[in-house]
Amino acid sequence: MATVAPFVTHRPATHAARVPQSASSAHVRDGGTHAAARSADKTSTADRNGNTLSRKYHGSPTTRRRRRGRAPASRFDPAATLHYYPARMPDEAPLLRVRNLVTSFRTDAGTLRAVDDVSFVVPRATTVALVGESGCGKSVTALSLLRLIDSPPGRIESGAVELEGRDLLRLSEREMRKLRGNAISMIFQEPMTSLNPVYTAGWQIVEAIRLHQRRSRRDARARAIELLQLVGIPEPETTIDAYPHELSGGQRQRVMIAMALACEPRLLVADEPTTALDVTIQAQILELLGSLQQRLAMSILLITHDLGVVAENAHHVLVMYAARIVESAPVRAIFARPMHPYTRGLLESIPRAASDGRRRLATIEGMVPDLRALPAGCRFADRCPMRIDVCTREEPPLAETAIATGRLARCWRADEVAS
Amino acid sequence: MTDAQRPRTLVATDRIAKYFPVRAGWFARSKRFVRAVDEVSIRVRHGETLGLVGESGCGKTTLGRLVLRLVEPTFGRVLFDGHEITQLSQHRLRPLRRRMQVIFQDPYSSLNPRMTVREIVGEALRIHHLAKTRADEEARIAHLLERVGLRADSMDRYPHEFSGGQRQRIGIARALAVQPEFIVCDEPVSALDVSIQAQIINLLSGLQETMGLAYLFISHDLRVVQHVSHQVAVMYLGKIVEQASAESLYAQPRHPYTHALLAAVPQLDPERRRTRLVLAGDVPSPIDPPGGCAFHPRCPRAVKGTCDHMAPALDEIATGSGHKVACWNPHPA
Repeated sequence: MATVAPFVTHRPATHAARVPQSASSAHVRDGGTHAAARSADKTSTADRNGNTLSRKYHGSPTTRRRRRGRAPASRFDPAATLHYYPARMPDEAPLLRVRNLVTSFRTDAGTLRAVDDVSFVVPRATTVALVGESGCGKSVTALSLLRLIDSPPGRIESGAVELEGRDLLRLSEREMRKLRGNAISMIFQEPMTSLNPVYTAGWQIVEAIRLHQRRSRRDARARAIELLQLVGIPEPETTIDAYPHELSGGQRQRVMIAMALACEPRLLVADEPTTALDVTIQAQILELLGSLQQRLAMSILLITHDLGVVAENAHHVLVMYAARIVESAPVRAIFARPMHPYTRGLLESIPRAASDGRRRLATIEGMVPDLRALPAGCRFADRCPMRIDVCTREEPPLAETAIATGRLARCWRADEVAS
Repeated sequence: MTDAQRPRTLVATDRIAKYFPVRAGWFARSKRFVRAVDEVSIRVRHGETLGLVGESGCGKTTLGRLVLRLVEPTFGRVLFDGHEITQLSQHRLRPLRRRMQVIFQDPYSSLNPRMTVREIVGEALRIHHLAKTRADEEARIAHLLERVGLRADSMDRYPHEFSGGQRQRIGIARALAVQPEFIVCDEPVSALDVSIQAQIINLLSGLQETMGLAYLFISHDLRVVQHVSHQVAVMYLGKIVEQASAESLYAQPRHPYTHALLAAVPQLDPERRRTRLVLAGDVPSPIDPPGGCAFHPRCPRAVKGTCDHMAPALDEIATGSGHKVACWNPHPA
């Protein structure tokens, strides 16, 4: 039902207005805002082309950096806008806009929607974190963006994935192949299974480069060494000829990142990039991603279940639960004041420094609902400590809250959660 | 609390070591070894939790298995309630085995998929002859399941019918079946989502309070270890580098490695985003660990001429403080 695009939709959001009198009035309201959001967007797509990053390779990385440094500061600076973001983006259109994405899977027991009407944007040079527990649909969302869903059983049913205004879901497979690893790249959780064990690290990076750029083998190899250096691999001239099994976990993840960065993507989708790594190596990799983001002005969609990683690395946070986005907010705001009971529950269940000894941790009782048999109302209702009658009858829309503009929560009592 | 007031020691290791031979080649003469655990002495007291932290490959799981004698030590002793278990025959070990149990990380692979919950939990009861009759066995199983927060009527279901958190509860019920005093928890919550993780941690601490259990809690998650542990030991390349009460270790880490580990844990407060101390390089190979202090090549406080030549011993920082560190140049308090 409710099709609300986060960051775009602004609807009157007093508490009284949020609780619907009847189902039909809610539908009308949502439909109206959604149409408005779409038309508003059409106007902004026109002036987008001037801002695209040049993907062609010009000179050494140092000269490129210098050129970047001298360029007028037209690019969106996330750090400077943390406080009012995302109420209104600066004039620039977002790099990625996902609208009403629905991805389903056929199973023996019927079809289920692993991603159900998900909308969000990723601004330029920004890290947006997608958090949630296993099975909530965060990885399927990521794979849908790159159209890497195995079909059958999976299928992207509807929606749009607009990268710089181009709907990726409408491209041919050939056009899509040109984009993957080029404008949009992905790194995965387990670097051992994502690298081909029978080819050297260098061979695989060179392949990624030559797939998208006209370069000689020698030239591509030089670039591969440069990339390995960029991701902090010691002695890249030797490591380039190493096979994946000869590398440590952290080095494999660095090789994966080097490969993903080979063509300077504008969007890097990082699916649990550090989950398989030790904490000191995790710190190295996250620091690396942060500095690369600054150098390459790249956007990162960071998929993780670790809220500490989110707090330290993301600018904006999307929380997913049972295939839906339930909260969307700037990182400081969401940690200071979660507006969905699920987000609050997640934050409270993390062990922190116990001042009073081994006290009990807050927990979220119960389990995630079965996506094949979803409840009629809010999907979190049966685990929610703040449940009221309307919650079990009708699902709340992802809507702006009265307390804070620019924050979205899918909860009838969002304003009370925060207080 | 001074040492005398604290509970008695239940499990202790005395310079226990496990070296795994590495096959260098078909005709290689000299044998090389991975020093997975290298002369480690730890102590777990009645009703308390010793947290064991370290990065993958540091030897923490091997140490857990040595304590239970699931692997034979190369040398050294393990004492369980005063009995040296490293020399006992399997037959004489069995009555002691009942008093020590283990919970594994992966609730998916540590339960036999062909056995029902009743068979999984009941097996331990049968092996140790703890149930007199079938009815008694059933009552005990039902009681155990309820104790770990599962419904007694799920007894005849198979592991695949349960979620990850529920499977971990089955694993805990199996461990509790024989009324142990000591449980080695090897990464018991690492495979679980954060909200489920909190449920299992609460369950384990509740059981400790009511049954007086002692835990050796092995984890790479420093936050979880801080939450559950009374004492914490930090391992690096087979050795304990620092050991102290949880309060003391987290408030004042003295070993540069502990310091770096704690600094690497992402903070939950976005307002306090810091430029953090990032440890360079990877953990060296345990086959040929660096000479002197094994941490010196990565250590920001290494002293040339000392740290690369002599291995420091694990000693108390100040007499009676109980805070031990193996470092030539520890952080000041």
